[in-house]
Amino acid sequence: MNAVLDFNTVAASAPAAVIEHLRVTFTGGASPVRAVNDVSLTLKRGETLALIGESGSGKSVTLRSLLRLHPPKKTQISGRIEVSGRDVLAMNTSTLAAFRGRVASMIFQEPLLALDPVYSVGDQIIESIQRHIKVSRAEAHARALKLFEQVRIPSPERRLAAYPHEMSGGMRQRVMIALALACDPELLLADEPTTALDATVQIQILLLLRELQSRLGLSIIFVTHDIGAAVEVADRIAVMYAGQIVEEGDVRTIMRSPRHPYTQALLQSRAHGSLAKGSRLATIGGAPPDLANLPPGCAFAPRCNFADDGCKQSEIALVSLTPKHHARCRKTEQESPPSGGEG
Amino acid sequence: MILFILRRLLLAIPIMIGVALVCFSLVHLAPGDPLVSVLPPDASADLQKQLRTLYGFDRSLPEQFVGWISRAVTGDLGTSIASSRPVTAEVMKAVKNTLILAAFATMIGFFFGSLFGFVAGYFRDTFVDKAASFLSVMGVSVPHYWLGMVLVIVFSAQLGWLPATGMGSGGSANWAWDWEHMQHLILPAITMSVIPMGIIARTVRALVADILSQEFVVGLRAKGLTDVDVFRHVVKNVAPTALAVMGLQLGYLLGGSILIETVFAWPGTGFLLNSAIFQRDLPLLQGTILVLAIFFVLLNVLVDILQTTLDPRITRG
Repeated sequence: MNAVLDFNTVAASAPAAVIEHLRVTFTGGASPVRAVNDVSLTLKRGETLALIGESGSGKSVTLRSLLRLHPPKKTQISGRIEVSGRDVLAMNTSTLAAFRGRVASMIFQEPLLALDPVYSVGDQIIESIQRHIKVSRAEAHARALKLFEQVRIPSPERRLAAYPHEMSGGMRQRVMIALALACDPELLLADEPTTALDATVQIQILLLLRELQSRLGLSIIFVTHDIGAAVEVADRIAVMYAGQIVEEGDVRTIMRSPRHPYTQALLQSRAHGSLAKGSRLATIGGAPPDLANLPPGCAFAPRCNFADDGCKQSEIALVSLTPKHHARCRKTEQESPPSGGEG
Repeated sequence: MILFILRRLLLAIPIMIGVALVCFSLVHLAPGDPLVSVLPPDASADLQKQLRTLYGFDRSLPEQFVGWISRAVTGDLGTSIASSRPVTAEVMKAVKNTLILAAFATMIGFFFGSLFGFVAGYFRDTFVDKAASFLSVMGVSVPHYWLGMVLVIVFSAQLGWLPATGMGSGGSANWAWDWEHMQHLILPAITMSVIPMGIIARTVRALVADILSQEFVVGLRAKGLTDVDVFRHVVKNVAPTALAVMGLQLGYLLGGSILIETVFAWPGTGFLLNSAIFQRDLPLLQGTILVLAIFFVLLNVLVDILQTTLDPRITRG
């Protein structure tokens, strides 16, 4: 069961992650829920990609698919997922277990829930190290200590013996990051790592992630609904809606000239500094569609100001605006960049 | 840790005094004259008075209580009216016998209860889960004296594999952990184990189901742990609560099941209580209840200590 793979054999030229036509359907409930519908993504080595979208847009589901963390009996996954050239969906149980935490690891949203409450945080990191790397316990302990210093936990020796409930939220998230980095993974998956934290702590964690990324040359997929956090750490942004990527491009392009109506509406609904006192914050009317009962055409059409009958007929293809900027919309030509005020 | 244990023991003292007061009052509130069983029906008023003075029943209840409790502290629980033997010795002998039975029954119950609970929790809503849940509900709801009689009919009367009653040759005084004596233990222990088995199985099932649905299990899988490693984490999370439940169950069983010990003629505390009640043997009744209560309180302290060592979230404050 404890297969330790020789991961050096795979060519270093392969992209950090490739997702092709990923579909994830949860079949546990009364009717199947199509959480991810045809998502394709490529993450270059050393790149940070932010997946943004509202709750239920499929961003976390996409992220967890990269480690195949969904309950296998209640989930249908189709498409193709490759991490550093390895076909994740084709792995058997022991290969998958050796892959998780070693090649790709995950930072969870709420570290208090994601850490085992009855083991000390040091033990949990040491367990992870010894699972993947053949070292003595003393060596693993020394490595854990170094990791704690790396994520700047004060008095690291003492903190290794602490239990998750004995730490503050920010410290716990640092532990989570140390745990994810324990075996030098190539790909770091961050599932809303700052959502459960105070605003000031959020910034510290984001800065830490950015610093670790550049120092260790990590490839990161960062899931968030906080556009500010995405801008802070990401090179590229993919906006998700109803299980699809509706727009994708580098941070600057998405922020300055978003072409999909959903991205535009999302950017307008931020409370930013230029919002005049007394003016109303723009919101997106209506609610996201029921993933068990998706419309045949564009999922955003019922809430879209630009939608016509053609949008509701059939699936919308991804339009390449530039080689690096894509939007899933029929009306990218007609739209104006966001000026604020309307709606 | 030592301070924590000392504190817990000190806290147990007022509880025990309260328990002593309650059991003394209950016994004396119950109707009936304790001397009826030892006096001949035609005893003279003089003789009655003499005996009453001898046993101290002529004094007021508070006086009697203070006298009883101050002697109890020194280990003297008085003299049994029915047998004229010291209560302390009688009770201790019975407690030892019940302890043998209860500990054995708890072990059986804990083993099968945990087994069923883990299987049901891991394979929720499958046939295995339903079967395990059915068994545990049966365990809690079947009248155990009835189960005891069925077991006796099948295994003793019809098959003749196991003895039906008693503790073996020489009675409780010659008890030894050999097959000769152990075979007497099997039927009553199995009968006694079904209740803790059912309760532990249901507790463990709920705990396992709850723990498996928690995010940290996904976290463990994301670290690359195998199912076996994850199982170890689940066990450590289940253990504090499961052991606490087991300790409490052992406490209940120590009270001796009057019905089971009567069915199997097992000379334990339940058997002793039964005869003390029917003979209105007040000193024996009081003494037995008090000793059992002390055991129960001590067992609770033990469970607390165990739980504190196993679960870091419980502070030792």
